[in-house]
Amino acid sequence: MLALEFPPINEILRWQDVFPSFNKVAAISVLAALIASVIFIIAGNADGSKAPRGIRNFAEAIVEFVENQIILPTMGSSGRGWTPFLLSLFSFIYLCNVPGIIPIIQMPATARMALPLFLSLLVWVVFIGVGFKHQGLGYLKNSLFPPGVPAPLYILVTPIEFISTFLVRPFSLTVRLFANMLAGHILLVTFALLTKELVQGDSVALIPVGILPFFMLVFLTAFEVLVAFLQAYIFTILAAVYIGGAAHPEH
Amino acid sequence: MEAFSILAQLTDEGAKAAEAAGSAGFAYGLAAIGPGIGIGYLVGKSVEAMARQPEAAGMVRTTMFLGIAFTEALALIGFVVFILIGL
Repeated sequence: MLALEFPPINEILRWQDVFPSFNKVAAISVLAALIASVIFIIAGNADGSKAPRGIRNFAEAIVEFVENQIILPTMGSSGRGWTPFLLSLFSFIYLCNVPGIIPIIQMPATARMALPLFLSLLVWVVFIGVGFKHQGLGYLKNSLFPPGVPAPLYILVTPIEFISTFLVRPFSLTVRLFANMLAGHILLVTFALLTKELVQGDSVALIPVGILPFFMLVFLTAFEVLVAFLQAYIFTILAAVYIGGAAHPEH
Repeated sequence: MEAFSILAQLTDEGAKAAEAAGSAGFAYGLAAIGPGIGIGYLVGKSVEAMARQPEAAGMVRTTMFLGIAFTEALALIGFVVFILIGL
């Protein structure tokens, strides 16, 4: 029979410390920040008066994507000032997600709770700060007592609005990114283990069957390419929606 | 009779682990039903909208991803519960 033993969750997510409190996951996130900064610093130093080429071309394509696909549909053209913040969020999250499918590294840094939690708390602080900056104390009034609701209903609406705006938003941002990447990682581990178990197992008859989980593994890796991009996109677009909503109240 | 002897052999811990594994499966399975229906309906309607009005496709796509993100969160919370009690 198959001796299929799924490793405990700590074994697939926790790594040996390189030195105290610095392990592979931390190294991936530091690298992600470094790579993104280097790309944009080189692109920023290039001569802007000539036609863009090479790395600047690439960086401009990313900036244009963030402006046209994320900021303009959600915040309008007044949100262009948020491009640097949202661009760094997007590129950092994407570069943290992508190591999940790069051979040898094979670990998305966002599959640990700490990184998504920190990023969504950052977004939380930023959108509340923007709300107070643009609307003063009226921000609390606008978000907790939405206009156009009959007065007696505020008993119901206000607690719901409070929970959904100030408590659930950071939580759902965190869990969405974290659980997506963790689920992808566990799926890859499962099919990789199954392939190895079938091909290297005792029974010769089962070796051809091992091709099935292997195809699944290839397919899932391709799917993870999409998921890594999509989760970075969704995190950034939700941050843009929250910030845009705090800057301009609904009437 | 045999079943009883097997049951008796199960230690308390083993029974608890089996129960946890079972309920973890239920937790994720049940949590996946609603978002599954929701995302299917959402994407189907979005495709319909994009086919009817291709010039609005960009806007529909952005809104569709937002809707998917909100709907999917429920399934993902179920998945986190599955991890917490199952593994």
